Amino acid sequence: MGSTSSTLLKIPNVEVLMQETGFSPAHIIRLHDRFKALDKEGRGHLCPQDFGAIKELAMNPIGDRIIGAFFSPGKETVDFHTFVKILAHFRPVDKDRPKEPNSPEPINSRSNKLKFAFQLYDQDKDGKISRDELLKVLRSMLGMQVTEEQLESIADRTIQEADLDRDEAISFEEFRKSLEKVNIDHKMSIRFLR
Amino acid sequence: MGPFMSPFNNLLCMLLGISFTVWFTLLLVFIIVPAIFGLSFGIRSLYMKMLLKVFKWATVRMERGAKEKNHLLYKPYSLNGIIAKEPTSLEEELKEIRRNGSSQDLDGSASLTTGPSPSSSEFEMSDTFYFCRRGIESIVDDEVTKRFTAEELDSWNLLTRSNYNFNHISTRLTVLWGLGVVIRYGFLLPLRLTLAITGVSLLVVFTTMIGFLPNGRVKNFLSEKVHLMCYRICVRALTAIITYHHSENKPKNGGICVANHTSPIDIIILASDGCYAMVGQIHGGLMGLIQKSMVKACPHIWFERSEVKDRHLVAKRLSDHVKDKSKLPILIFPEGTCINNTSVMMFKKGSFEIGSTVYPVAIKYDPRFGDAFWNSSKFGMVNYLLRMMSSWAIVCSVWYLPPMSRQEGEDAVQFANRVKAAIARQGGLVDLLWDGGLKRGKVKDTFKEEQQKLYSKILVGTQEDRSRS
Repeated sequence: MGSTSSTLLKIPNVEVLMQETGFSPAHIIRLHDRFKALDKEGRGHLCPQDFGAIKELAMNPIGDRIIGAFFSPGKETVDFHTFVKILAHFRPVDKDRPKEPNSPEPINSRSNKLKFAFQLYDQDKDGKISRDELLKVLRSMLGMQVTEEQLESIADRTIQEADLDRDEAISFEEFRKSLEKVNIDHKMSIRFLR
Repeated sequence: MGPFMSPFNNLLCMLLGISFTVWFTLLLVFIIVPAIFGLSFGIRSLYMKMLLKVFKWATVRMERGAKEKNHLLYKPYSLNGIIAKEPTSLEEELKEIRRNGSSQDLDGSASLTTGPSPSSSEFEMSDTFYFCRRGIESIVDDEVTKRFTAEELDSWNLLTRSNYNFNHISTRLTVLWGLGVVIRYGFLLPLRLTLAITGVSLLVVFTTMIGFLPNGRVKNFLSEKVHLMCYRICVRALTAIITYHHSENKPKNGGICVANHTSPIDIIILASDGCYAMVGQIHGGLMGLIQKSMVKACPHIWFERSEVKDRHLVAKRLSDHVKDKSKLPILIFPEGTCINNTSVMMFKKGSFEIGSTVYPVAIKYDPRFGDAFWNSSKFGMVNYLLRMMSSWAIVCSVWYLPPMSRQEGEDAVQFANRVKAAIARQGGLVDLLWDGGLKRGKVKDTFKEEQQKLYSKILVGTQEDRSRS
């Protein structure tokens, strides 16, 4: 606890973090406090159980997948940097950012937001949403409220509509195309206060 | 040793004796006697006003200090939290997403839909966006975790436990803070401890004495007076400055008094203004002693640990008590656990099933003087009481709300929610759906099912509509 500058100093590589994610110092501090609040045992990193303890997330039908998005394959913990970088996907798009040809795409670009959403479906990370993966997501969102047949018909219809190259799976490009008209910026952004 | 020291010793003893006598007389006159008669000199309100002035000065100096050093003052969470959450429902969001998506077909270009018409609510891959966003929002800031940590303040009340800007304190402020520590721990704490011990011992002694009297009007009258007196002494032991509103709605015999729960002190606050029958589990030790002697003077409802699990037994004893109109109203805290006084959580329906009149009471603490919330996972009882007694004061408001009864066709849960909403509205607290039990337990699967049901209704429900038209 202390003034903002001293808290910032305690976080390693905070300049790089702000540069990469576009969060302001105040946001980083708030997120750091939140990180510490979630890290109940004070280990300096979060594990899936810490996320699972968030009640509203536990009640979210795709809560498990969202938690999974924080952990790279094989890793059991997430540190503060990764935490902030993942959350940076949900910053609103910076409209007046100059488009430098050589700079890397910002984390909160439309394309990266779509990639985040795509990976919620594509759990085996093979770059395609298979029929099985789609069925699994549908089952999570609908639970026991619909029959297997209804699920399958929904899945089949969705693949039929989006699958342009007829390979029975939805690639990232097909995913992107089918969501062309959706206002991704609005739907996949969170307004951070102050 | 010898003749030289003797008179000196005598002098010392005399001085000590005099100071003790003076001390106790002051205590008696200014605190205990008014407590017995329920009067007040107004010392505490004066004290409160003075404290407020000092706190304001301290905050201003801190802000000035921060500006001079060009640092950003860390402003704690406002009630809104770190992100702006849009309160749109699942249905509204999905409709909006679909409206945007369907405009693709109106163009006539790249028509991918072969099946149903574009305006229908069929599954879209963008539906996950809503759940995804809500999920991330809850990771950044969720309603429930906030309620179980102490509320954060805008101004500083000279207690380090609620200050995050410690670096900005100038020398003058540090001196003031140091003075505050000396006053609080050196003067106030011993004073309060003395009062607390006096209050509790008087309670135990007098109630035991009254227990020897035969049951009747005299016994009830005396018991009332004794209980009130001891609770008033305890109130002064905490330097609690309480404002009671709408005393005409005070609970009457045969009713159940229901209030929101922030700390064990709630009991002392309510019981110093009226007589109630307490409900609770029998503890061991000092607590148990107090409970046993209290029940000698008037009928309280204490349960053995084994009986607590038996809901029918509990309900029967409660309803037997309320049926007897000569017995005092029951005091119950339906949230089941301590909440941090910014919101009211789900009321357990047990007390609302009994069918007697319910008298709701709202208790709101003023956090500027000391945080009364008991975070039982962080602090034990003794630690908590110590913190309470070394705070400046405990300031709170109590509102007695008009009595409510269960209406026709209303079940216990709906009745409980109605009472909860009334209490939340009066106390300026947020009315939350969540269960106080969430402090420790896991979310029940039924909540997830609710979300799934809602979503499936949007999808599958509209299929039925289409088949109809």
